[in-house]
Amino acid sequence: MRYLLRRAAFYLLTAWAAITLNFLIPRMLPGDPVRSLIARFQGRISVEATESLYILFGLDEQKSLWQQYLDYWGNLLSGNLGLSFAYFPTPVVDIIEQSLPWTLALVGLSTILSFVLGTMLGVWVGWRRGTWADGLLPVTNFLSAIPYFWIGLIAIAVFAVAWPIFPASGGFDPGLIPSATPEFIGSAIYHGLLPAFTIVISSVAGWILGMRNMMVTVSSEDYVTVAHAKGLPERRVMIGYAARNAVLPNVSGFALSLGFIVGGTLVTEMVFTYPGIGYMLFQAVGAKDYPLMQGFFLIITLSVLVANMLADIAYAVLDPRTRQEG
Amino acid sequence: MTGEPVLEIRNLSVEYGYDADAVRVLRDVNLTLHAGEVLGLAGESGCGKSTLAYAATRLLPPPGIITGGEVVFTSTRDDRRYDLLTATDDELRATRWEDTAIVFQGAMNSLNPVYRIGRQLTDAISAHRPEQSARQRRDRAAELLDMVGIPADRLRSYPHQLSGGMRQRVMIAMALALEPQLVIMDEPTTALDVVMQRQILQQLADLRTRLGFSVVFITHDVSLLIELADRIAVMYAGEIVEDATASQMYRTPRHPYTDGLLHSFPPLHGPRQELGGIPGAPPDLMSLPRGCTFAPRCRVALDRCRDERPALTATAFADREPHRRVACFQHEREAAAIPPSLTVM
Repeated sequence: MRYLLRRAAFYLLTAWAAITLNFLIPRMLPGDPVRSLIARFQGRISVEATESLYILFGLDEQKSLWQQYLDYWGNLLSGNLGLSFAYFPTPVVDIIEQSLPWTLALVGLSTILSFVLGTMLGVWVGWRRGTWADGLLPVTNFLSAIPYFWIGLIAIAVFAVAWPIFPASGGFDPGLIPSATPEFIGSAIYHGLLPAFTIVISSVAGWILGMRNMMVTVSSEDYVTVAHAKGLPERRVMIGYAARNAVLPNVSGFALSLGFIVGGTLVTEMVFTYPGIGYMLFQAVGAKDYPLMQGFFLIITLSVLVANMLADIAYAVLDPRTRQEG
Repeated sequence: MTGEPVLEIRNLSVEYGYDADAVRVLRDVNLTLHAGEVLGLAGESGCGKSTLAYAATRLLPPPGIITGGEVVFTSTRDDRRYDLLTATDDELRATRWEDTAIVFQGAMNSLNPVYRIGRQLTDAISAHRPEQSARQRRDRAAELLDMVGIPADRLRSYPHQLSGGMRQRVMIAMALALEPQLVIMDEPTTALDVVMQRQILQQLADLRTRLGFSVVFITHDVSLLIELADRIAVMYAGEIVEDATASQMYRTPRHPYTDGLLHSFPPLHGPRQELGGIPGAPPDLMSLPRGCTFAPRCRVALDRCRDERPALTATAFADREPHRRVACFQHEREAAAIPPSLTVM
């Protein structure tokens, strides 16, 4: 318990540092958002409007940096991340709210699927090392060696153009309005299958290889030999003794990769024009939309931290040696 | 002295590697363990002691391959008799731990780091005695820990919370979980300090008197075996070179290698004396000498020793020492081989 509290304190401190940096960096850049907004409207904006924009962005010159910092925290805690330039005047929070679920569903589910599938295959291949099962590795490694955008494009060319089984782009049928109807959900799943498939194909090899190598290492540990000598059923030795210990490095790798889900696989969402965080971030960078980028970076930073924390907890649950007692 | 044979190892050969480069690490090893006996297996590092234990229980890790021989286990409790090497995987699994339990060399790594001690003690019981309730299993685990002098509340400990000596005692308790007829101990005390070593061996001797299992005790420490074992087999370069009762071996070693081993540790009593090692190093198993494998290091080697390999046979004194076997042409040399300093004791 004390271990978890200490970790939690550490993560709070890290989160504070990340948020503060997120506040400072845009303020150290030359220029300010209002000027870029004025530039965007090419002077067709009145002086009063400019002034009210400064106040709206919290950039009225009189305020000290400290006061701005306090205000920034106040806004943050009330869920106000400012307004987007590119989609002015939509609040950044709304854009994140719209795009986050898509990324979480697509990349999140395919990452989990890839991890589970890869780890299970890795256990099996590692346990049967030296047999024909080893032949699986070159195949999956070949798939992961192909640049991702190329797999995506090939998948679209084959499964959306040559045989139009799947849609080539978008997150749902353009004729539908996002809602919780079975029709819409069905359409969303249907649109997600092809990108999910490409993500799994390109990432599964890493999990297989990592797990396989750990299985081979752990299989020669004395406690695995003891388990055999005890006459335990082979499945029990494979799962409870070998895989249970071999999975530890993979679990922390998995938790870290969870953090990058929110960053989205930028390329996936671009190739499939998928309405997730990655695609929106790409748009924001193109439009020099600082508030939106800042909002995304905040979300990405926080989710990496949360993922790290989950990794710590998972590790403490799985490996008794990391729990510090007393 | 001893009862019926429990484990008969016949012509067991083991190779490491798959093709022409394979190294023969065990060559036609013959060894019989009788009921209630403590058989010591001694020899230098790399002579094949551990390989023998792993091969006889079919736990040999790749690339080790058993290329021939048989290992026949005869139960003393019922009339089961089977060859471990030809048994099917399921038969083998059913008999493991039930008939033959093993305490491994690496006490530190023999316990699964992510499971509590209790779970590791009970999972062998639940695999072999599925009819027992969880409560019975737990009680048995507590009883086992108590047997080796560890309080029962340690059942909830993880291996990393125990000291090395405790872990080794847990391993011994685990080996006795199903009351096996045979316990193989592969250097069980090597990683421990002498005090702990003494304690554990004492405990082991007590448990053996109480439970009456047979023991194969593997170690490079001959002095330990002389005290502990009923019979000692000395291995050299993948073969057994001498097989005799502990006292015979101690008083009249017939093989020059045994003689050398006995001279390589200091006696606690008697006059101070120079320790004699065995000159040279064990032969390369890839290119063994044509004759006796020990001939290049032997002080008394004859021309014959370099051309012919002596078989493990009864000695010239077979009427006096019927169970004794030695692989040396000069087994009739009685007086020369007795270490003078050790006879005084």
